[in-house]
Amino acid sequence: MNIQEFISIIEEEFDEVEKGTLTPTSSFRQMEGWSSMHALILIALVDNHFDVLLTGEELRGLDTIQDLYDLLASKKA
Amino acid sequence: MIHSKIKHISFYLPNQILTNEDLGVLFTEKKELIYKSFGIKKRHIREQNQTGSDLAFLAAKDLFSEFQDFDKSKIDFLIFCTEGLDYKAPTSSSVLHHRLGLSQNCGCIDMPMGCAGYIYGLSLANAMIVSGNATNVLLLVSDIPTSVIHSQDFDLRCIFGDAGAATLIQETENEGIGKFIFGNDGEGAKNLIVERGSTRFPIDEEWIEKYKGEPQYLAHGKMEMNGLEIARFSLQRVPTLLEETLKKNNLNFEDVDLFVFHQASKFILSALQRKCKIPKEKFYEYYENVGNTVSCSIPIALKNAQFEGKLKKGDKVMLLGFGVGYTWGGTIVEWA
Repeated sequence: MNIQEFISIIEEEFDEVEKGTLTPTSSFRQMEGWSSMHALILIALVDNHFDVLLTGEELRGLDTIQDLYDLLASKKA
Repeated sequence: MIHSKIKHISFYLPNQILTNEDLGVLFTEKKELIYKSFGIKKRHIREQNQTGSDLAFLAAKDLFSEFQDFDKSKIDFLIFCTEGLDYKAPTSSSVLHHRLGLSQNCGCIDMPMGCAGYIYGLSLANAMIVSGNATNVLLLVSDIPTSVIHSQDFDLRCIFGDAGAATLIQETENEGIGKFIFGNDGEGAKNLIVERGSTRFPIDEEWIEKYKGEPQYLAHGKMEMNGLEIARFSLQRVPTLLEETLKKNNLNFEDVDLFVFHQASKFILSALQRKCKIPKEKFYEYYENVGNTVSCSIPIALKNAQFEGKLKKGDKVMLLGFGVGYTWGGTIVEWA
């Protein structure tokens, strides 16, 4: 999965986010209406598509979508 | 070969209701999020001073009135599962036994368990029957999580509701309750816990001062949940539990007619349904009008699934309980 496909999946999952507005440098924490519930949704999304179960700590250490993508790429490598 | 079967289920919901409108008054900024995040419209709340055993008593009374052909003096074992026992001693099942007017030739036992409690209760009832030590087991489960939730805790107040449920388990010659999988990981204890209010950390003057504005100054303790860790645990453990339960019962995924999981939350259930690739029509969800009722969530869901015609005689239903502990358990029941 390339990063654009990853972004599309995130946009699909978060209905507050308008499609086509996220970029690799977007901070997911700055996303419209970000809450602890969204952290859960992101963890489930990543688990579903990458078979990687992130910890809360791992997620807290990340800022942008690129950061998250890179972490997943290194875990799958 | 003796088997056991679920003969009848009844449940009781307290009259007091907490709606999203009620919560919206307290949490004005999050009002719109309640239904969207949790998929719950209302939760039933115990009356003040109503205990778990009171709700279990009312559920058992409903069972006896719905199932009048049954002679309750035949009950030879009573199991009561709750995380809100009446006393340190005697057992609440002894008190319930007397209130229900059961035979003196009936054993009684308490099981202080939560989310997986119904599975463990069924396994004990099944074990008593197949070992030839009982023929009619009454399994009562009830929980009053709202008694340990702080009034300002938005998530917990949205998620949990109180309830009681009664299940009659009987001896049968046919296949009924299947084999069980159990598991436990106490490292997760800290992620869902009721702080204080029991033996290790009783409440003290400082606690009373801190929570004097709360009903009964949270004397029963205060629930703390790390929602993210509970979700991670569920996503990690439940798919394996599902596979193990199938294997133990020599069944394939396709053989299961209905999947009834502990009704933890909308988020956890929908993530599990996706992860386990369970077809929507085989995945039964029931929390919109009751919330998460802890040990009662599975029997309430079963009763409603039967009522809605989604659970018929001969169907194979997979029951999975998981949560606080962490504790988990699973079985397959052939619906009688």
